[in-house]
Amino acid sequence: MLRRILITLSGVALLGVAAFAQTPNAGQGGFVPLDQMPPGQELPAAQFVIASYAFFLILMMFYLWTIWRRIGKVEHEMRELERRTGSPQR
Amino acid sequence: MRKLFLPLVVITAAMFAYSPVLINRAPYESTMLLVQKIFYYHFATWMAGTAALTVCGIASAIYLFAGTPRADRIGVASAELVVIFVGFGFFSGTLWGRKAWGTWFAGDARVMMALIVELIFFGYLLVRKYGGPGSEKLAAAMGVFGAATAPFVYKSVDWWRTIHPKTSVMSTLNDTPGGAIMWSTVLFCSVTFVLLFAVALAARIRLENLRADLDRLYLAAED
Repeated sequence: MLRRILITLSGVALLGVAAFAQTPNAGQGGFVPLDQMPPGQELPAAQFVIASYAFFLILMMFYLWTIWRRIGKVEHEMRELERRTGSPQR
Repeated sequence: MRKLFLPLVVITAAMFAYSPVLINRAPYESTMLLVQKIFYYHFATWMAGTAALTVCGIASAIYLFAGTPRADRIGVASAELVVIFVGFGFFSGTLWGRKAWGTWFAGDARVMMALIVELIFFGYLLVRKYGGPGSEKLAAAMGVFGAATAPFVYKSVDWWRTIHPKTSVMSTLNDTPGGAIMWSTVLFCSVTFVLLFAVALAARIRLENLRADLDRLYLAAED
């Protein structure tokens, strides 16, 4: 229980840190158009695109696997109950 | 529904497999180039998230006012999917923003409103898990109010100053050079994601139904 409370509070605290870590808005004066950036400062786009698509596929596969696992657990518990009571309950 | 499930899974998987081909064929947007391709999954995931919000809101309202247990099961199943899809919307937006805006997290109106929705539904799931007896009704009220924020999230870019593109991007996409291909690609991806939402929702509702059956079995066994 204490572990769960600590995890929840840590998550909330991290959100707070992220909020306070925001730098003040520099306004339009701090804006540099992308085509005027020195080449060395440009970020490669491919890694962002690949990370985005790969993350989604992994996330969905993991999520669907957790549903399948949870269904399996409940079905196992039902079979256990049937075995203990000695007769099919459904 | 069970008869439809397998064909739905096959169609969704096939569409997912084909979506990178279409995205690859779509032309580059003139200012952002390659990184704009995140848009096809980013937009589609928000469509699925909106579908999840709508289902959760309607199911929660039905459970809140009519007390239908089936509506509660649909509500909790779709709330979990709101967290998944909105969460991915954030993640993909963060990656896109890092390249396009130069920052991981822009605290503008759209991003903050979407963060509030995500937190409301995290709260929903926490209430359901740890709230104890009666938490279903409280969670349902959270589901209704969480869903009610969706129009505000959508219109936030038109109402407030923000660096996020406005809602008019989609309506004017067809008028731009190569926009028709971009439009058909984003439509294809959106349909794919909404089908994925339907598949995941059906599986998740089955889990809730089984849990309800198990509870009934335990009660019957005690009697």
